[in-house]
Amino acid sequence: MRTPFTVRLLRSTPKSGWLAIAVFAAITLIGVPLAHLALPESSPLHLSAYTVGLLGKILCYMVVAVAMDLIWGYAGILSLGHGLFFALGGYAFGMYLMRQIGRDGSYGAELPDFMVFLDWKELPWYWAGSDSFLWALFLVVALPGVVAFVFGWFAFRSRIKGVYFSIITQALTYAAMLLFFRNETGFGGNNGFTDFKRILGHDITSPEMRVTLFALSAALLIACLVLGRYLVSSRFGRVLAAIRDAESRVMFIGYNPLHYKLFMWTLSAMLCGLAGALYVPQVGIINPSEMSPANSIEIAVWVAVGGRGTLIGAVLGAGIVNLAKSFFTVTVPEYWPFFLGFLFIAVTLYLPDGVVGLWRKLRARRALAAAPDAAESSVAGSSSAAEKADAGPANVTVPKGATA
Amino acid sequence: MNRRNFVKALTLSASIAAIGLPVGAHAADTIKVGILHSLSGTMAISETALKNVALMTIEEINAKGGVMGKKLEPVVVDPASNWPLFAEKARQLVAQDKVAAVFGCWTSVSRKSVNPVFKELNGLLFYPVQYEGEELEKNVFYTGAAPNQQAIPAVEYLMSEEGGAAKRFVLLGTDYVYPRTTNKILRAFLKSKGVADADIMEDYTPFGHSDYQTIIANIKKFAAAGKKTAVISTINGDSNVPFYKELGNAGLKATDVPVVAFSVGEEELRGVDTKPLVGHLAAWNYFMSLKNPENAAFVKKYRDWAKKNGVPNADTVVTNDPMEATYVGIYMWKQAVEKAKSTDTDKVIAALGGQTVKAPSGFTLTMDKTNHHLHKPVYIGEVRGDGQFDVVWKTKEPIRAQPWSPFIPGNESKQGI
Amino acid sequence: MFRLTLMKRIFGVALLLTLLVAPARAALDPSLLAGFAGDFQGRMAAIEALGVAGGDDARRVLDALEAGRLGVVAGRAVIVDGDTVRDAASGEALDQGAGDIELVTLNNRVRRTLANARAALALTSADRAERLSAAITLGDNPNETLLPVFDRALAAETDEEIRGIVARAAARIKLASPDPLTRLRAVRALGESSDPAVKNLLEGLLQKRDGNWVEPHPEVRTAAKLAIDDIEGRIAIAESVGTVFSGLSLGSILLLAALGLAITYGVMGVINMAHGELLMVGAYATFLVQGLFRSYLPAYLDWYVAAAIPVAFLSAALVGVAMERLVLRHLYGRPLESLLATWGLSLVLIQAARVIFGPQNLELANPSWMSGGVELAAGVVLPYNRIVIIGFAVFVLVLIWLMMQKTRLGMFVRAVTQNRPMAGCVGVPTARVDTLAFAIGCGVAGLGGLALSQIANVGPAMGTGYIVDAFMVVVLGGVGQLAGAVWAALGLGIVSKFLEGWAGAVIAKILVLVFIIVFIQKRPQGIFALKGRFADS
Repeated sequence: MRTPFTVRLLRSTPKSGWLAIAVFAAITLIGVPLAHLALPESSPLHLSAYTVGLLGKILCYMVVAVAMDLIWGYAGILSLGHGLFFALGGYAFGMYLMRQIGRDGSYGAELPDFMVFLDWKELPWYWAGSDSFLWALFLVVALPGVVAFVFGWFAFRSRIKGVYFSIITQALTYAAMLLFFRNETGFGGNNGFTDFKRILGHDITSPEMRVTLFALSAALLIACLVLGRYLVSSRFGRVLAAIRDAESRVMFIGYNPLHYKLFMWTLSAMLCGLAGALYVPQVGIINPSEMSPANSIEIAVWVAVGGRGTLIGAVLGAGIVNLAKSFFTVTVPEYWPFFLGFLFIAVTLYLPDGVVGLWRKLRARRALAAAPDAAESSVAGSSSAAEKADAGPANVTVPKGATA
Repeated sequence: MNRRNFVKALTLSASIAAIGLPVGAHAADTIKVGILHSLSGTMAISETALKNVALMTIEEINAKGGVMGKKLEPVVVDPASNWPLFAEKARQLVAQDKVAAVFGCWTSVSRKSVNPVFKELNGLLFYPVQYEGEELEKNVFYTGAAPNQQAIPAVEYLMSEEGGAAKRFVLLGTDYVYPRTTNKILRAFLKSKGVADADIMEDYTPFGHSDYQTIIANIKKFAAAGKKTAVISTINGDSNVPFYKELGNAGLKATDVPVVAFSVGEEELRGVDTKPLVGHLAAWNYFMSLKNPENAAFVKKYRDWAKKNGVPNADTVVTNDPMEATYVGIYMWKQAVEKAKSTDTDKVIAALGGQTVKAPSGFTLTMDKTNHHLHKPVYIGEVRGDGQFDVVWKTKEPIRAQPWSPFIPGNESKQGI
Repeated sequence: MFRLTLMKRIFGVALLLTLLVAPARAALDPSLLAGFAGDFQGRMAAIEALGVAGGDDARRVLDALEAGRLGVVAGRAVIVDGDTVRDAASGEALDQGAGDIELVTLNNRVRRTLANARAALALTSADRAERLSAAITLGDNPNETLLPVFDRALAAETDEEIRGIVARAAARIKLASPDPLTRLRAVRALGESSDPAVKNLLEGLLQKRDGNWVEPHPEVRTAAKLAIDDIEGRIAIAESVGTVFSGLSLGSILLLAALGLAITYGVMGVINMAHGELLMVGAYATFLVQGLFRSYLPAYLDWYVAAAIPVAFLSAALVGVAMERLVLRHLYGRPLESLLATWGLSLVLIQAARVIFGPQNLELANPSWMSGGVELAAGVVLPYNRIVIIGFAVFVLVLIWLMMQKTRLGMFVRAVTQNRPMAGCVGVPTARVDTLAFAIGCGVAGLGGLALSQIANVGPAMGTGYIVDAFMVVVLGGVGQLAGAVWAALGLGIVSKFLEGWAGAVIAKILVLVFIIVFIQKRPQGIFALKGRFADS
């Protein structure tokens, strides 16, 4: 007798978590749109288009970070190629956006501008259907999904793990970047897609469209968090964590790790694709540099800064790093790489569980100081949880040269 | 996971989201101008110098009393060679900081990234780098060269008897839009001059390519066919150093196969030992070695500024074409603001057409009345042993830009905004 | 007919006939030099006139022009000799500051005239090297006015190599001779060549123009066919050697970039994302050594590269020790976290270089013994700098191998690589071994940077271009395996170069990456996996 799905879903996140999600949803889905659309510019609470755009971009990054945390934090697979899935989603939706420009491009042709001046006479076959919004939505999910599935199936079947897996994901995204840089590939080369005009016939620069995209990003983030919580607290998630901690033992019990890893890997890639699709219209450009290995490493950095294996940590990490980047690139433009660099070093050295780990430690200490007796049990609970979180790599003592 | 943490964390992230970034304070007695050049990442190598020259020019204008009695206040941001960040920073400059004009961008993709922002917010961008054309935006002023102000004169020179009467051409570039488009225009141009397809070799390398052995060998093979061969290089940025080093060591001399480059100037040659490269060519609208009073003053001003501001290796800093274009652009804008008596974008745009500036290139440059490009002189320079250029050919007067190349079909009717 | 009408104008027949017999005079007629004050046309005329005049003084002026020391003051040609200024015609010192002299500039056309005039003068030099380079210069662009010069040189020349070059240059001209026998001899002589230009020339003989053979005599045509086959064979061999060489060269560079990483990853399991920046440190150290030599030991500037070897090694090793002590030490057992920390380190190091040295590329000149190259055949040159780097890679490899196999430290390093806890149990000071091994790995990266500085650009972000490739080499070879890294680097280098010749640089790079991905599927632990029970834990 199984618990109904809805009940399991509700139980996966604690009541206070649902409350927080409700607050977050209220702010992002009602508060921000109102602050941008209804309040006059003179109001101190008015949110400018710049702020909405910036926050919308960061929301997309947060989704990517959550997707990364699902695969790295809970399945122990570090991907250095998640930027590829993000960019594929972006390109899939970008194709639709390019078609929506119609004849408003600078050449007034049916074809996108870059094709006109490169002498293309008709759309290449893989652009077929790109003028349909539904097909674009399908591609946004399917394209990264299929790439991830095929790649993952071969990689996990060959039992490629640890650093080997990380490096070949890096090779994958690097190869894709070079491929997309070529003008002949048919995606605009280095300039990529830009100068979008409209979505479903609506002006892309209108404030309404801006808050719609923002709200969709927020909704996607909420959906990812709920889904993520549900998955990792389910039986599936527990098996996955077991694979992360001791894959061989899980195999000996009779599970096939391939299916578990592959499912999470593909899901993670699809979520990245969705984030990419929402990202492109908000920042107004997609180009192959999104696939550069450095970008993918940065995604891992967000998760590490926030604290991996916590989901909320990924959200926080993406937010902190990107806000810091936006802040420092204005205030001390020549020195921001120092700040970011030292931030990463400090976090890994002193905050092995990221910001969330620090938060827990502080709370535990305060609770201990406030009510020594009552807090004891909760401290024990949280510290053992923390131990569990980083038990995987630390507790298995093996020759370093032979394992990751 | 502890549930209360989850709540707090979520509220925290939501409140961060709600607050957003603080808006900078305004001072009424200054005019803000934005400087949008990458100071980190791959493009920092080229763009840092443009930021420096822009700051120098602004200081100079302020020292002479500013614009309409107000001092200029530069707002420097770092888009970090990241194209979406360019759009974000442009929006910040125009919408948050309310700058009157932005001087910035280097790569085509960064310009393409910010164009929609300037259009939407009706801002003003001055773009100082030579580019592939095929674009004309109301809100952008292009102070660098269009293809007909750089590429085509250079090829005409190579085909002339003076330039070596080349009959066979290698079009070599980094694989992105500027080289592809330029080479497309050049191919059409060469065809119109009767050069057969068999006498044109086109080759591209990835960004940051550092191994030019195979390509140099191919060029040698191509050049051995008997006809006089020349290489037209649109190789970008860091790849130039390994390319020229290989060229020098492989014994491909300028007297046999001259290489004319469109992206190699004084700044790029600082990283190369130029002694084996003497005689190879570059085409620009300005060279540091030009002899005229404006240029002497310009070079001295920049040297002094670099020393005063602690720029690394200040005693060996050089000036180059995009730096001159930045300098000219800022003065054009200043004059237009003074003519319009306002920093309002539309009024300034209207006032910019027909502005003239006596430029370090030795000519009085005019902003075209309709197409937002400068009329520029073209110089062909030969590399010297000390990393500078000797001018071997120049146009008699500045030429008008053709942003829409007549060598690309369908462009005949479009020349103005 | 040789498309050399231009050259004909440049070289009057008189010029060449007289320049060998012209008597040396004490001073030149100043009117000969008047052209230098004019435009390029005038300069060319002046060079020709000097060629006609011949003699040591003319040579002196042409040499000064080549060196960029010939100037003009008030219409008078002068030679700048350090701080003194001499009249070009008489050689007398003038009361004139060197500051305000406008130096005579050249363009390629003038430079070619100059090169040929100087070569024609040098073909009778007493110095063999001078004659050889003169012969090569003239042989690249022979024209019929040079024929008497060649004949004279052939009569006097005793050196076989120079004779061959001059004879082939003469034969190229003689192909146009009206006498079939001369043409036949010329074709046979050209069969010895390996120059594609000569091949094209001979192929021209085998074509029909207006229904008639360009070469009317059938025997000459047959000889030409044979000669073409010979040349083609030689070119094909030279080209394959060239491709293999460029593959080896690329492989040696990949190896130098990856060797340090193979050591540090092997011993400590630390993914060092800042490895590329250690290459940068090594290259910058080389730059500083070059600067010191320029300031203090300009006479020995050619040897700055050798002096930079220990400096590059030590500076990168010191940075490595600092990294290990301050950061990585605290991250053992957490390889993925160390990846992030080193990524942060790499950001810091890049920006530090940018702030200290400026964002632009730094100029590192090849020493003279690393400039130029050996010419296998026309078109196939093996540059000396690449040959030296291949040798250097072998040298570093042997050194590392000796260190690993023959020293106590090497034994400890191997022990820690294979089984850290067990090594610790039997008394190996693992912490110290870690520091030392990391320092050595970083030092080797510094040496890689030194090598890179001789062929590629030196700038703050130079390391990022190599880090991905270095990782590919280490992973492909099998982590912790020096032999694996060697095979992987050479294999990748040669495969890349063959693919590049076939599909272009962009596609070649993509194919190599795809190949690595597929290869890892087949051999998940690299070429040389550790065997036995360590392999899967």
